[in-house]
Amino acid sequence: MGKIEWAMWANEQALAAGLIYLTGGIVGVAGQFRGWQFAAFGVAAGCFVCMLEYPRGKRSKGTSVARTGQYCFTVCVKAFGPLTQNYYVRALLHAALSVPGGFMLATVLGCVCLGMASLIYLSAAIHGEHWEPILLTKEVKTAVGESIKEPPSNPPPRPPAELRRKRVEDVEGAAYVNPMPVITNE
Amino acid sequence: MGNWVVNHGLSTFIVVVWMGINIFLFVYFFLLYDSSDRFLYTRHLLGSALSWARAPAAVLNFNCMLILLPVCRNLLSLIRGSFMCCGRSLRKQLDKNLTFHKLVAYMIALMTAVHTIAHLLNVEWLNNSRHGVYDELSTTLSELGDEQNTSYLNPIRSTTTTPTMFVFTSIAGLTGVVITLALVLIVTSSMEVIRRNYFEVFWYTHHLFIVFFAGLVFHGAGRIVRGQVTTDPPHNTSYCKDIPDEWGQDPSCPIPQFAGGFPQTWMFVIGPMVIYLFERLLRFIRYIQKVTYRKIVIRPSKVLELQLVKNGFKMEVGQYIFINCPAISPLEWHPFTLTSAPEEDFFSVHIRSAGDWTQKLITMAEQLPEGSQGPTMGVDGPFGTASEDVFDYEVSMLVGAGIGVTPFASILKSVWYKFKDSNPKLRTRKIYFYWLCRETHSFEWFADLLQGLEKEMEERGMGNFLTYKLYLTGWDQSHAAHVMVHFDEDTDVITGLKQKTHYGRPNWDKEFEEVRKDNPTSVVGTFLCGPEALAKTLEKKCVKYSNVDPRKTKFYFNKENF
Repeated sequence: MGKIEWAMWANEQALAAGLIYLTGGIVGVAGQFRGWQFAAFGVAAGCFVCMLEYPRGKRSKGTSVARTGQYCFTVCVKAFGPLTQNYYVRALLHAALSVPGGFMLATVLGCVCLGMASLIYLSAAIHGEHWEPILLTKEVKTAVGESIKEPPSNPPPRPPAELRRKRVEDVEGAAYVNPMPVITNE
Repeated sequence: MGNWVVNHGLSTFIVVVWMGINIFLFVYFFLLYDSSDRFLYTRHLLGSALSWARAPAAVLNFNCMLILLPVCRNLLSLIRGSFMCCGRSLRKQLDKNLTFHKLVAYMIALMTAVHTIAHLLNVEWLNNSRHGVYDELSTTLSELGDEQNTSYLNPIRSTTTTPTMFVFTSIAGLTGVVITLALVLIVTSSMEVIRRNYFEVFWYTHHLFIVFFAGLVFHGAGRIVRGQVTTDPPHNTSYCKDIPDEWGQDPSCPIPQFAGGFPQTWMFVIGPMVIYLFERLLRFIRYIQKVTYRKIVIRPSKVLELQLVKNGFKMEVGQYIFINCPAISPLEWHPFTLTSAPEEDFFSVHIRSAGDWTQKLITMAEQLPEGSQGPTMGVDGPFGTASEDVFDYEVSMLVGAGIGVTPFASILKSVWYKFKDSNPKLRTRKIYFYWLCRETHSFEWFADLLQGLEKEMEERGMGNFLTYKLYLTGWDQSHAAHVMVHFDEDTDVITGLKQKTHYGRPNWDKEFEEVRKDNPTSVVGTFLCGPEALAKTLEKKCVKYSNVDPRKTKFYFNKENF
C-alpha cells in the first residue's frame, strides 16, 4: 500500500470512536440504564480519547493539516513526552479503555470502534511511526545590514540553463555579452 | 442573483427535491408509528423512541438506494450520451456525482446515529418490561407469547437476558452492530486527509460497503418491531388497555395478537445493487480485452506518453480512461485523461510521475528495449467529462494548470482535424486558451503541438480562431533579465512560439473583461482542469461577468476533477 502512514487513519478512527463512546455513554446515563456506571465510564473515557486524539500529528512526508484550534491540545499532549509519542502505549491505552464499554449495550459500539483504532495504532507502531507535534517554528531574523558581511547567496543574472549550456560545435557562437556591465574593483 | 441562478440553479433544485423527499419520509413514518392504533401497545412499551427509530429507518432505505447510483460511471456515461439532445445544464449535473454521493453518505451517517440511539433506548426498555419493572400493562404485554399458540409483542422472550446478549443473539442486533462498524470504518477512511494522501486505504476500506449492504438486507429479517393484527372478535384497545388482567375472559378483550412488519429494505436496494454489479462486471470485461502498444515515448521532464490500440475503442474529446497494470498492482485502477483526438486511429495518455504506481510504470518503460511491447494493461472507459461540451459553445475559454492541460491537448488536436475536414459539428468560432505552468521544461511536448497549430492557422488565414496565452508562474530574476534582453524578437525566447509568454498568474478580471468585450452577445463556456483554488476563482468570475439578459454575454463554468 505504498507509503501509508497508519497513524493518520488510526487518529481519525480513534477520534470517531471517542465521539461514539461519549454519545453511547450519555445515552446510558441519561436513560438510567442498567449498568449505567459503565456508561459513566464511557463518557469519561470518550472525552479523554477525544482530547488525546484531537491534535493531529505531523506527517513524516508531506504537508500536515492541523485541525482548527488544536494548538492548546498539542501543547498538552506534548507535555506527556514519550507516553504520548509512542504508539505502542496508545494502542495499549485504547485497548484498555475500550474493555469496560463491552459490558453495556449503549457503549458496545464505542468499544468495538476504539478496539479497531487500537489495532490500527498497533500497526502504526510496528511500522516504526511516532507522534510529532505540529508547531510553528520561529524564523531567525538577521539584523538588516549584517547581510552585507556575508558572501552573496544568489548568482548574478544570466540566461536560462538551455542557452548557457556549452555548445561544443559552435564555441564562438556560444559566447554572449553580459546584459549587466561587469566592473571589477581593482 | 440572476447569475447565481444561471450557474447553480439546477444543482440547488435537485438538492432541495432530495431533502424534501427525506423530510417527507421522516415525518410520514414518524407520524405513522406515533399515532397509529396498530402500534398503541408497542408504544406503551417503548414510548416515542419507537417512532424515532422507524422514521430514520425509512430515510435510510431511501438513501441506501441512492448511494450506489452516482458511482456507476458507465451508467452515467450512458445517460450522458442519451441526453445529448437535452441541453447542457442537465448533463453538467452528472459531473457533480461525487458531491451527491458524499451528501447522501452524510445523511446515512446522521440517520444511522439517530436510529441507533433510539434502538438503544428501545432495547433497554423492552428488557426492563420483560423483567416486570414497569406497570401491569407492560408486564402483561411482555408476557404474551409465553404460552402455546399466542403471538408475542416483546421480542425479548427470555427473562434472564441482558440487552447486550439480546442484541448479539438476534439477527437485527448482530447485523446492526456489524454494519454500523463497517460504516464507521468507511467514513473514517474517507476523510479528506486519508483520501488525498493514502488513496489505497480509502479505496480498499470502502469495499466494506459489500458487508454493509449484505447486513442491511438481512437487518429486518427478524421482524422484531411488532404491530397488532385484527383478531376475531376484535380487541378494543381503548377499552381493554385498562384491564389487562381480564384479557381472554372479557368478551370484548380477546388476547391481542401481533405480527412483525414485512422486511422492506431489500426492495429499495436490490435494483441499485444489481446495477452496480453490472457496472463492476462491465469494468472487468473491459479489463480483459486486449490492449496493444503502438508507441512508447519518454518525454522531457519525466512524462511518459503511451499510444495504445484497443478493439472497438471509441472516444470523444477530453474523456478519461482508467488504466490497470497487473505487473505493478493487480487491483489498482488509475485515471488518466486522453491526449489524443477522436480522429486518430489510436488513443494516447501522457503520464507524469506522481506516486509509486506512476513511478514504477515510468521506470519499467525506461528499461524497455527499443520497439518492444510494454507491460500488459487493462483499460476501462472512456468516461465522459465536461470537455465534451467544448464545441457546443460559440466561444470557449480553456484553462489548464500544469499537467491539467492534458484534456485540452485532445481538444486542440481535434480542432485541428475538424478544421482540416471542415466538420459542421464545430459550432465554436473562437477559442481562448490559457496555460499556467511553473517551469519551462513541461512545455516541450505541448509546444510542438502548438507550433504545428500556429503554422496551420497561418496557412489557412485563420489566425484569430485560437488565442492562447501562456503563463509562467515560476519565474525568477534570471528569467526576467533574459527576457528583457530579447524583448524585441518576434518569437518567444522560451517556447519559440509567436505568442509571448506571460509571467506570473493571469489577471482574471482583465481576461474576462476582454472576452466579454470581444464577444458581446455570446454564450461562453469556461473549462478548467486544475487546482480547486483556481476553480473557485473562475467560478466566481463566471458568476460576476455573466448577465441574465440573453442579449448579453453569459459565462458557464465547467470543472474537471479527479
